[in-house]
Formats: sequence, C-alpha cells, structure tokens
Amino acid sequence: MSILKLEGITQEFGGLRALDTVSMEVEQGKIFGIIGPNGAGKTTLFNIITGIYIPTEGNLFFKDGDITSTPAYNVARLGIGRTFQNIRLFGKLSVIDNVKVGSHGVTSSGFISNLFALPKAKKEEEIITAKALDLLELVGLADVKLEFADSLAYGDQRRLEIARALALEPTLLLLDEPAAGMNSAEKLDLMELINLIKEEYKLTILLVEHDMDLVMNICDLIAVLDYGKKIAEGTPQEVKSDERVIMSYLGVQV
Amino acid sequence: MVEGFLSQFVDAYYLRIMVIIGINIILALGLNLITGVTGQLSMGHAGFMSIGAYTAAILTLQFGLPFGPALVAGACMAGLFGFFIGIPTLRLEGDYLAMVTIGFGEIIRVFFLNFELGGKATGLYGMTKSTTFTTVWILVIIIIFLNAKLLKSRYGRAMYAIREDEIAAEATGINTTLMKVLAFTVGAFLAGLAGGLYAHYMGYIAPKDFAFMKSIEILNMVVLGGMGSIPGSILGAFILTIAPEMLRIVDEYRLLFYGALLVILMIFRPNGLLGNVRIYDIKKRFKKKEV
Repeated sequence: MSILKLEGITQEFGGLRALDTVSMEVEQGKIFGIIGPNGAGKTTLFNIITGIYIPTEGNLFFKDGDITSTPAYNVARLGIGRTFQNIRLFGKLSVIDNVKVGSHGVTSSGFISNLFALPKAKKEEEIITAKALDLLELVGLADVKLEFADSLAYGDQRRLEIARALALEPTLLLLDEPAAGMNSAEKLDLMELINLIKEEYKLTILLVEHDMDLVMNICDLIAVLDYGKKIAEGTPQEVKSDERVIMSYLGVQV
Repeated sequence: MVEGFLSQFVDAYYLRIMVIIGINIILALGLNLITGVTGQLSMGHAGFMSIGAYTAAILTLQFGLPFGPALVAGACMAGLFGFFIGIPTLRLEGDYLAMVTIGFGEIIRVFFLNFELGGKATGLYGMTKSTTFTTVWILVIIIIFLNAKLLKSRYGRAMYAIREDEIAAEATGINTTLMKVLAFTVGAFLAGLAGGLYAHYMGYIAPKDFAFMKSIEILNMVVLGGMGSIPGSILGAFILTIAPEMLRIVDEYRLLFYGALLVILMIFRPNGLLGNVRIYDIKKRFKKKEV
C-alpha cells in the first residue's frame, strides 16, 4: 500500500523549473531514497511534501487525503515529520524543550487550561515530558537535556532534529541529508538509528542523501532526480547500473 | 490601608515611583510576550496602552462605571485591537512589521488628538485616583505568576520556537499565525490594563503621554532586561523607571546620561541583562569551579 503519492508535481520559481512533472509512490514501511546532483530539486520536493510550497501543478496524496495545498502545520499534524538539510533547531531552547515543542502538533490542551495550569494541561505536560526523555534516551542525548540546543556538537544536533521529528508521532519521516558532515563512525551509528526507529515506530522513511554508502545500504527503493526530472527509480542494484544515473550523477569508474 | 501603613515609613515620592514601576512592569511583560518571546518586533505598544487608558477613563468619567469594570473593559478593548491588528500585520516580518506597528501607534495618537469624547489635545482629566499601590502590585504579582505558567506551557514553548525558527516551528505542527495573533492579543490586553491603571493614577491623560517615545521606552525595558525573560522585563522596567529619577542630579544632561547608560549596557550585555541567563548555567559554572 502506498502511503504517499505524487502525481505530476511541477514547481516553478519565476522562470526556473525546479521540478518537472515528478510522479512517485512511496510504499508503507519502506525506506525510500531520493538522490541526485546538487540543485536537482530534492529539497524542493521535501518542501512541497511538507506544505512549505504549494506546487505549481500536480497533486499530492498522503494516506487517502489530498494534501496538495494543506498548510505546513496541518501536514505535520497529519503525521509527516521532517528534519532539515541546514539544521533548524530552536537554538536558545534547551535540548529537552526542543523535543517537547515537537509534540505540539499532537497535544491539544487549550490556552486557558495552560495559563492556569489546569489538570488537563498538567497531565499532557507530564506525558510529553516523559516521551521527550524516552526519545532523548533513544538518540543518546539524555545527559545534555538541559543544555541549549545550539551548544551541541554538529552530529548531536542532527540526532536532536530526529528526536524532535519523532515527538510528533509521525507515520512518514522525511530526512534531509541526515549524514551530512558526519564521519564514518557517526554514519554507522546513524544507519543503526534509522533502522531502529523505523522498526520501533513503524515508520515509512523518505530520505535525501548524498552519501552513496548509506543510501545503497539502507534504502529499499531509490528515485534519482536530475534537473528537476525523475530519471530513474528502482532498487539500489538497478539504480547503480542505470546508464543515465551513472552519466549524470554517479560518474564513470576509470 | 497599605498605603497608609507604608506612608509612615516611606516618602510619598518613592511610593509614587513604586506605582509607576508596577505599571511599567505590566507594560514590559506584555511587550516581552510579543517581541521578546515570540520575536515579533512591535514598536507601537503605547498605542495599545492609550486605548486602554482612554476606554477606562471615558467609562468612569462619562458613563459613571466603577473603576474595576472600566479597567477590565479598557484591557479587553486593547486586546481586541491587538487581535484585529494582529491578523493582517503578522504576515509581515521584521522591519516591515516594525514600520506597520509604528504607523499604528501614530494613527491611534492622532485619532485621540481629534477625538471629541476624549477631549482632543487637552485630553481627559478629573478621573478619580482609584489606582493604588495595592491594586497595582497585586495585579503585577498575578500577571507575573500567570505569565510564568504560560511560558512554561506548550503555548510558551511554541512562541519561543517561532522566535527561534519559524519554518521549523511550522514543521512541528504549530500554527504560527494563530500563535502570533495570540501573543499580540495578550500583550495588547496587558498594555490596555496598564493604560487604565495609569489613567486612574494620574487623574489626567493626553495623547502626548502615549507618543512614539513611550513605545520606545517600553521596548528599551524589554531589550535591556533581556528578550524573552520575565525577570529581565521586571528588571528593565525597574531600572529604566528609576534611572531618570536618579539622574536628576545631572540636571539638563539627564537624557545624555540615560542614552549613554543604554549604549554601555548594550555593549557589555548585548543579550540584555538577563537574556538567555538560566539558573542551570549559573549552577553549572559554580560546580566546575569547585572541581
């Protein structure tokens, strides 16, 4: 069953066509990778899926609903969590508060309830605090929960972004270059973490990444973008041997 | 009663300054919610204050309403303006929002300058001086308490998140527009409350009391104290209320010193006196020294 479906998505910025009639389907419970050279439109695709941009043309379906023009905060509440290529944490909030903000979309206590700290708000607060601690434990940041998020090391910030996205209890998780700037040991840890959260939270994962080792190892299916067009789709093996992909992205081995 | 008791020990002059400090704390906490916590630069806070002041004063003077209900009505009226001005303007960001809020403050001032019921340029006078030291400080304490609760809740966190990164905030399911309008409404409500208290403390208000410089003065309190910090706003209101009084000794150079004080503080504490200062960090620093 497909959880996410893109139909002929086109995105134009002025005269620039960043995405050109891209269609794809993401199967539930799979890890789906998107690769391609810089400027191929990968992040634009993420921004369309998460509702930051409304596509010029085309339709977007999540589960059974049309989310083509759903605003970003509602897309999040429907269960699409994401991380960002250029880390976007709440720098001057503590690590644990970053994760607690992540729960905003799945909590519902009202303004008055929170202003007077009524039982409903208190109860909710306890639940999300406990959940945030669990998530920090999972990504290994429980020791630094009270530090400011911007004081963390780079790799830790990336992991914190994942924890924040998980606090939303998503069914689809979008990871935008999660391994960028990591060394090999950190990359191995990251792969482990991605596999772990996928099982533990029954996630479908959509992944943009430049690191070929990671992509080929972890993804069930891969789509390749080039100049806004989808030029190939298939299993890692198929993609690796696709001539157009080799030409435009992977390069020829000398 | 409390006034009578206090006035045996404290000079009426100091008591008066304490009341003004209280009113300024309410103003600063309101603006802190908008600018310090949610990060929306608003430079028309005195406009909301004047709406509260005029509404409350007209209600007690012309309609004979008791002080309490008039005060609440003034605050609600200002809150309502905050809400309706919030909706269109909060699509703007940074400098543009600042421009629009300056414009709003001036429009309100010019409106009252030509408002028959508000006495035009003469303003309103003859309000019973119902605002007392006790009322102001009880309100200050309640507001500090509720404000602290709010900032620790999911609403407060969402507002801080918007200040830190709006796109990331949206991605966690926060309706940023709604949250910004909420901050504006509550901030304006508090300004209206402070305005009503001010009107019934002075017994006299005029449009010039709520000019652009008043908005800047409130903004200074928030920035000097530290954006987003409740103790910061309180400290900022305290310092900037007593500074002009203390500087009376230097007489006509008063404003010069006031300006210099602000510049020096901003050079040495660019985040404000208590901006991003947490007890946790201070404790940690002490622990490290012991080791």
